Amino acid sequence: MIRTLPNSKGYLAGYKLFILIFFLFLFAPLVITMILAFNNSMFPSLPWKGFTLDWFFGEGPEKIGLFHDKINLRGIATSFKTAVAVAFFSTLIGTLASFLFEQENFKFKGALYFLMIAPLVIPGVILGISILLFSNSVGIFIEDTLGIYLKFLTPSFWLVVIGQFSFITTIVTLIISARLRKFDRTLEEAAFNLGASKFAVIWFITLKFLRPAMIGGAAIAFLMSFENFNTTLFLIGSQSTLPINLYQQVRDGSTPVINAISFILIITTSIIAVANLYGGKKEDT
Amino acid sequence: MQIALSVKELTKQFGDFTAVDNLTFDVEDGKFFSILGPSGCGKTTLLRMIAGFYKPTKGSLEIQGKDMLGIEPNKRPVNLVFQSLALFPMMNVFENIAFGLKRRGEKGQGIINKVNNMLERVGLPDSGPKKINQLSGGQKQRIAIARALVLEPTVLLLDEPLGALDAKLREHMKVELKKLQVKVGTTFVYITHDQSEAMVMSDSVAVMNKGHFEQLDTPQNLYNNPSSSFVAQFVGENNKFGVDLKKDESGKFFGATKNGGLYSLADSFKLQDSVSFDMFVRPEAIMINPVNPKPEFNVINADVKAILFDGGNSRLLVTPEKTDEEIIVSLPQNRQFDFIKAKDNIKIGWDPAAAVCFDQTEDKIYDDEI
Amino acid sequence: MMMKSKTRKIRWSFIIFFIPVAVWLFLLIVLPHLELLRISFTSTGSDGYTLVNYKAFFTEPIYWLTFVRTALYSIFVTAIVLAISLPVAFYITKVVKVKAQGLLMVLILVPFWVSELIRVYGWMILLRESGVLNQFLVKIGVFNQPIELLYNDITMIMGLVYTSMLFMIVPIIGVLGSLDDALIEAAHDLGAKKLAIWKEIIIPYSMPGIMSGSIIVFMLVLGSYLTPKLMGGKNSLWFTEQIYNQIIVYFNWEQGSAFGFLLLLLSSMIIWVALKLTKQSFSEVIK
Repeated sequence: MIRTLPNSKGYLAGYKLFILIFFLFLFAPLVITMILAFNNSMFPSLPWKGFTLDWFFGEGPEKIGLFHDKINLRGIATSFKTAVAVAFFSTLIGTLASFLFEQENFKFKGALYFLMIAPLVIPGVILGISILLFSNSVGIFIEDTLGIYLKFLTPSFWLVVIGQFSFITTIVTLIISARLRKFDRTLEEAAFNLGASKFAVIWFITLKFLRPAMIGGAAIAFLMSFENFNTTLFLIGSQSTLPINLYQQVRDGSTPVINAISFILIITTSIIAVANLYGGKKEDT
Repeated sequence: MQIALSVKELTKQFGDFTAVDNLTFDVEDGKFFSILGPSGCGKTTLLRMIAGFYKPTKGSLEIQGKDMLGIEPNKRPVNLVFQSLALFPMMNVFENIAFGLKRRGEKGQGIINKVNNMLERVGLPDSGPKKINQLSGGQKQRIAIARALVLEPTVLLLDEPLGALDAKLREHMKVELKKLQVKVGTTFVYITHDQSEAMVMSDSVAVMNKGHFEQLDTPQNLYNNPSSSFVAQFVGENNKFGVDLKKDESGKFFGATKNGGLYSLADSFKLQDSVSFDMFVRPEAIMINPVNPKPEFNVINADVKAILFDGGNSRLLVTPEKTDEEIIVSLPQNRQFDFIKAKDNIKIGWDPAAAVCFDQTEDKIYDDEI
Repeated sequence: MMMKSKTRKIRWSFIIFFIPVAVWLFLLIVLPHLELLRISFTSTGSDGYTLVNYKAFFTEPIYWLTFVRTALYSIFVTAIVLAISLPVAFYITKVVKVKAQGLLMVLILVPFWVSELIRVYGWMILLRESGVLNQFLVKIGVFNQPIELLYNDITMIMGLVYTSMLFMIVPIIGVLGSLDDALIEAAHDLGAKKLAIWKEIIIPYSMPGIMSGSIIVFMLVLGSYLTPKLMGGKNSLWFTEQIYNQIIVYFNWEQGSAFGFLLLLLSSMIIWVALKLTKQSFSEVIK
């Protein structure tokens, strides 16, 4: 049954086989995608026509590698800028929200908390269109009454940031709250007792304690923003993010340059994920 | 008397480490048997082998004459009360106790009667519908025991079940547990690192160290006639002196401590000159200002360093003159010694026959963590 | 005086925490969804409020059939994901040797963070007619000629299971991690067999994790756009595609809002029923 109970050999062997198949299922598509990034072929499929780095460095005219593919490079740059902005704002507001829900008491706290976690169960597509419709209505209203045209209220870079921020902040808040809950509040009392002001306490004591969760939350916000598709789809203006770009290429068929992009994304996300995992573990002990 | 549990040459190795080393012992039916030892001595491994969670490397294990090797834990006539109690938080008290009965295929009124009967026995008759987290520490304890006892095991195994309780409640539960065992008459095998738990409750106690039994005896004998330095230290409070033996011209033996003390020894031990020993003297064997001491007594002038008042367990911490030694002396609470104050100079004395000597050991008797 | 200045300071800190959070939640969550609801009751053709968009939904079978289909498939996918995730989570937390545990956790978490699009793309190059699997199967002689394995309901369901299952495994690992081994040992010691231990101990104990995993998986699958679009066939319409078509292709925002609101209503209702059935509370489940 479990490690400490006697287990029959058949049970363990069967269980191992199941887990093996599971991991095969989990990794097969990723591994194939990564391998085909190095195939010297015009199509992302077999047969294997030899090893090449052209899909990373090729200058054309036949094979244009990732590092000379203007559209995709622009997509990566846009996604990166978006992700940095979202990570910054959602970590900032997520930290404030953690303090609000963990350390303050006020009327309707339960209702506000419910609102805070609601984005987890709102499908991203709906969040996208709601924000699209609302910002459009507000934009029209402002233009009609004040005569000012606000570009960020029409599909654009900043509207994407706003849309992603609206639900990623919830996740960051949950991550930071989980750590804040473990905070020993007698440390604050000790600091007060030694003459610190409330803000000095937060700055020197509580925020120092929260730092790993804030870094972890920002990393997760970055990743979620970088690969977001559903919400972004409705909010992009002229600057497409990478997932939207890739989607069009995947749908319409493309060269293995997508595999090259996937290769780099899988490797970088893995590094961030592992770093986050081990960073978090170290702080726990 | 029938033998409930019989263990022969039982050994368990984890890799190179021998956790349980060639143990042989019997437990009679209806007895309260304790295994007492410091953490890491192998007592939990032994218990888990009896329960069936570990397979012995070597040896045999019989319960009421039936060989238990190769029989799964859920088929053995033994049940275990876990250190963490392991009450199922998703069930109420009734469901917890009924769990094992249901697994046996018992049904309906039979289960209800047995559970209620059991709840009555442990003194919690109306707590069936309660949730586990509504119970106090002591109640959880009793429910965990009830859950195991309702299956009428031949042997009930208990893995330090009082460990998590606070001191006052633990004292109370010791007595409760002993009373319960007498009432139900089931054989209890109890493991603990707390010598007082083992002494208070048990009919016999095995003191375990490094995988083997140092001594298996009644609590009285363990206290009065320890068979090794380890037992003398582990069971009850004791003054320990590391001594070198000296023999004077008249053939009398003395123990010389490194701190400058020199104490006469009874010759009832098989003593040899110039050997190192551990000498033990119980605090209550030492008299304060002895009246008409026998000539062979050790009578010493000592300075009172501190009075350790603890009700009936009050003691004096004294240092014999011209030494750095510290000796603990029982302080009877009959008000006879109320005049003693810290820094006073008093006389203490003991009969050399009350001291015991053993080969020196370096065994740790407690961990800093516990 | 001292008391007074202290209370004022605490009020300041509350305001600094409260205002930005309230702005976020009202401006970006509450008001946009109210606007969605309002627009769903309007029409470009007429002034004032109308039910015409909802009427279109109920009278046009393609709309409500897609809606029902999406709902049922989402429940089905969630059930499959649960059936796979429970034993995997249990293996990682309780069965595998402690040494290997960390490695398996990393292996689970790495694909968790790889984007859905890349994972779907991986399946596409594996399964399509010119894909890796087809070439392999033709080579070893199982098929005479390549067969299109993509663009059908079964592949789509597999894809949805694949892209969402880690969101189930991770929360279940979370709760199982705190399950004391002694509970399972105790159940075994009291005579329970494997099936009874699963039914009476492990599943009830994991319920908060199962519920939070199920809610997130259900929500992700219901709101999924990429996977059904890229792996499903021409006939495997997903309701999110209907919404996309209305908003982006036909530019009929009013109709799209009505669809969006119906989807939101459906997801909230199913989650609510599931929580009621299992007697869990939302705030407890989401932690």
